[in-house]
Amino acid sequence: MKTLKILVGVAFIIAISAFAIDKVSSPKIDDGYKIGDVATDFKLKNIDDAMISLADYKEAKGFIVIFTCNHCPYSVAYEDRIIGLDKKFKSQGYPVIAINPNNPKAYPDDSFDNMKVRAKEKGFTFPYLFDDGQMIYPQYGATKTPHVYVLEKTAQGNLVRYIGAIDNNYKDASSANEKYVEDAVNALLKGEKVPVEVTKAIGCSIKA
Amino acid sequence: MPKRLIYIGLIIFFAGCKGEQKVALEASEVFASKGVEIPMYDFESFKPLLNINDGKTRIINFWATWCKPCVAELPYFELINSRYPKDEVEVILVSLDLPKHVESKLIPFIQRQNIQSRVLLLDDPDANSWIPKVNSEWSGSIPATIIYKGGTSNFYERSFTYNELEKELKKIL
Repeated sequence: MKTLKILVGVAFIIAISAFAIDKVSSPKIDDGYKIGDVATDFKLKNIDDAMISLADYKEAKGFIVIFTCNHCPYSVAYEDRIIGLDKKFKSQGYPVIAINPNNPKAYPDDSFDNMKVRAKEKGFTFPYLFDDGQMIYPQYGATKTPHVYVLEKTAQGNLVRYIGAIDNNYKDASSANEKYVEDAVNALLKGEKVPVEVTKAIGCSIKA
Repeated sequence: MPKRLIYIGLIIFFAGCKGEQKVALEASEVFASKGVEIPMYDFESFKPLLNINDGKTRIINFWATWCKPCVAELPYFELINSRYPKDEVEVILVSLDLPKHVESKLIPFIQRQNIQSRVLLLDDPDANSWIPKVNSEWSGSIPATIIYKGGTSNFYERSFTYNELEKELKKIL
């Protein structure tokens, strides 16, 4: 009986390690939140050294959570538009919360000190948080920067209402004729369904 | 100031090994400096490259100079390109660098690394419309790679080691 137990144990370990190897060799990218999921709150350090959580925003109706960073040309191309979103929607209850998900060991430009520098240079009007230890972005399923999650605050928690790009032209804001995030927030403010819930975009891989 | 040549409507022909099929891609612009030429395409003009049926296996790698894991795996693609006969395997490196960085970043990189595989620039800002046309599973993060021959095509949103890449190539070859 004891031998059987050991055998079963060994088989179990082999099965687990086979699974683990499989996981390593082909990482699944599409894990993370789907539309309608409850998004986790967090407690992350802001560039002013204060700790920020979504729960701190008592008056907010929701959030525009944007995974972004310093080093990525696509993120840089969207900086002014991210500031624009915050200016437009913070007063309406949907502030921008920017999170840098990158490990500064891989990308020194994305260090906490360099975040402070960049935020000051560009005059960020929103918190720019550091995902220290890279714990939060995998829960959201963010794969690249910039990667946006529009959340609606409800009695059940902060529900994911939109995932994807800011608009449909990373090069030129004035040529963008689909403003996905604006459209999503405007719909939520009117109590309507978000017209386009998921979009895809090229961005800088978060995983280094 | 690097020399920039613009050939609007430049047509590049490349024939299959048996000359059975010709695919013409129309570049919207060609960047040329330091002896390196990079044609630029929007998705519509790039698309035929994903569907050439001439018996050759093509490895199409989406990358950019700012993408660390992409740059890390480029030597493996280069090695495949040099080790396999030209009429059997073609490696195509599709850069997603911004056009304004081609002369300041992409071309110097290609020169410095002495990249021998074919490099082209895909510049189509409406990514949400074309990413799913490359592959419905693609989230848009890079590196991403397609290996195809005729109607058989595999897509990978991941990084490779040399052995992993060669293993996947042999599945199609």
